Amino acid sequence: MKKTSERIKQMVIKEFIQILRDPRMKAIVFVIPVLQTLVFGFAVTTDVNNVPTAVFDLDKSFESRELVRRFEASGYFNIRVMPGSPAQVQELLDRSTVTVALQINPKFGTDLLRRIPTSIQLLADGTDSNTATVALDYANRIIKKYAQDLAGPPSSLSARVDVRQRAWYNPELKSKNYNVPGVIAMVIMLTSLLLTSMAVVREREMGTMEQLMVTPLKPVELILGKTIPFALIAFFDMILITMLGVLLFDIPINGPLLLLPLSTAIYLLSVLGIGLFISTIAKTQQQALMATFLFYMPAVLLSGFMFPIENMPVMFQYVTYLNPLRYFLVIIRGIFLKGNGIAILWPQMTALLLLGIGVFALSAFRFKKRLG
Amino acid sequence: MFMKFLRIKAIAKKELIQIWRDPLSLALAFMMPVLLLLIFGYAISLDVDNLSTIVYDADRSSTSRELIDELTASGYFSVVRFADSQREIDTYLDTGRARVAVSIPMDFAKTVRTGGTAQLQIIVDGSDSNTATIALGYLSALTELYSQRIAGERITPLIETIVRVWYNPELKSRNFIIPGLIAVIMMVIAALLTSLTFAREWERGTMEQLISTPVKPQELILGKLLPYFLIGFIDMVLTVLMAVFLFDVPLRGNVFILGIVSGVFLFGALGLGIVISIVAKSQLVASQISMVATFLPSFLLSGFMFAISNMPVPLQIISHIIPARYFIIVLKGIFLKGNPLRILVMDAIFLLIFGAAVFVVANKKLQKKMV
Repeated sequence: MKKTSERIKQMVIKEFIQILRDPRMKAIVFVIPVLQTLVFGFAVTTDVNNVPTAVFDLDKSFESRELVRRFEASGYFNIRVMPGSPAQVQELLDRSTVTVALQINPKFGTDLLRRIPTSIQLLADGTDSNTATVALDYANRIIKKYAQDLAGPPSSLSARVDVRQRAWYNPELKSKNYNVPGVIAMVIMLTSLLLTSMAVVREREMGTMEQLMVTPLKPVELILGKTIPFALIAFFDMILITMLGVLLFDIPINGPLLLLPLSTAIYLLSVLGIGLFISTIAKTQQQALMATFLFYMPAVLLSGFMFPIENMPVMFQYVTYLNPLRYFLVIIRGIFLKGNGIAILWPQMTALLLLGIGVFALSAFRFKKRLG
Repeated sequence: MFMKFLRIKAIAKKELIQIWRDPLSLALAFMMPVLLLLIFGYAISLDVDNLSTIVYDADRSSTSRELIDELTASGYFSVVRFADSQREIDTYLDTGRARVAVSIPMDFAKTVRTGGTAQLQIIVDGSDSNTATIALGYLSALTELYSQRIAGERITPLIETIVRVWYNPELKSRNFIIPGLIAVIMMVIAALLTSLTFAREWERGTMEQLISTPVKPQELILGKLLPYFLIGFIDMVLTVLMAVFLFDVPLRGNVFILGIVSGVFLFGALGLGIVISIVAKSQLVASQISMVATFLPSFLLSGFMFAISNMPVPLQIISHIIPARYFIIVLKGIFLKGNPLRILVMDAIFLLIFGAAVFVVANKKLQKKMV
């Protein structure tokens, strides 16, 4: 047994030398997770703020200006232009210069002074349906609040139900709290898949696989030697992203931190297994790259990373049960945001473990067969 | 910059034969866009509906049931469980079995009847901030309506808001995602296809053989680019056809302009892959760089799904050099807005400049390496 561990160790060392010999590769192992975290933390936000807005004010009264001021003060709307004609409004929306246009009719102010119900027009560019939905909701609230303020204190009859709204786990509803932990899962998956599948295929493409096979290395040792280095890189990336998330983006860690490496290890079992599997199908690195992508994209899209699983048709919801990313995302977000412990997360961890053992065993079997 | 058409043709032919000999890669190149489009078209939606909701109704009166009916009838919420205790709400939210919790207090109906103010508690799982924001919006609109109704008064509000949504009146996320997705797919395909072409020649040692022929760098680049341009363009046509006929995304603008601008974009995207391939020299490195340089920015920083106006200023500035940004404006403009060329011309010109610049850089880099 001592020999086995020695041989695996040598193989791991060789693999590390090979990956990191290229100085650019060293940079890549470090740069990719950092870049992804930065982009997801800063850019990928579905929070709707600063919506570019045009105001077509035909009234120019104190009241209309007050309403516009409230739009601006809310922080949700950024008033870019004050167009002078309907044609200009159309042009602004066509050119995507603004997303929302507010049109205030000439008698708005006088109507309000006389307490006559009046109307206001809200135009939205529906191209981005998400932003439009949220922006319209904000706009409606601002207008309603203004109308209420003008109408004076509510009569004792109105507003009989007082609604207390609270958002748990992420009270300020920040996108980054949701996204950054997810990046750990994404980065680990992409780098591990690509590195494993391409490294094995390269060995075959260059003909060095034969050399490895004539050594006393057993197939199992070969598989472990090929996967352990990438597992270590994945752990490094995980720690890196966690540190960035906590230090730079103030992502809370509400749960037991120790659960993170444990679940990462379980998750890696599936991911490396799939990487090995791809390497048994692909003959060239090009094929490995494309096959990796063919798996990776659907896996990300059908994981609940950006798109809620409940919204999917039932058939696709079943497909997601085969996706290791799905379980790992629940675990990571549980640990970071919800403060979940093993008592709550054990079903996900068990599922991930079973999936991992299954995939890894299947791949190892195919891998061995291809060697023999 | 003198080029011989014959030599370009020869290189293109060689490359085509190589692609043809690798049917798996070719099949993947056509499967990828189809698969992605199917997933985006059928499986994924940002529309918030059928949110799993847990209700704790301590009142169990007809009034409280009416409120619950109102919530479910909206289609946005589907009640997965009627809780027996407040504690159960915690468990359901913690385990993610419910995303929204509505808790109705014991004396709800009585308070409402006697004219007091009843309190309603709503908890939303905020970890998915987007869904939570939209859900809270729906909830406040619904409860307000309900509140007004049971108060028996239907006072016309002082200001009536008339809302009109242009270009995508039903606010379908599919119409918003699919045109942009075409740009992302093109970028991914370009990266996957061309980023390995030169790296492969370097790795296998066949680059030296190419260098020893009279072929010039620009001829080599164009010759290698053409076959992939063909594949990319077929993918493009495929995705547009699927968008229009399978997913009913309206195509309101000029198809001819769409074709030309797509060609220009594709040239730049493939060119970028070639630059990466020349610089990287190893397939492993090339694949990783192309991921960072092409796929991620076009997916995340292009305005494909995430509004650029929301990003911090430095990233907004960076987004200006991402070609997908301009192509997405063109795609959404032609598909949804029916924009004429007049409005899109600046974006098209940028794509042209990008393509030319990438070609020049590829040339320079290759020239240096070939000597």
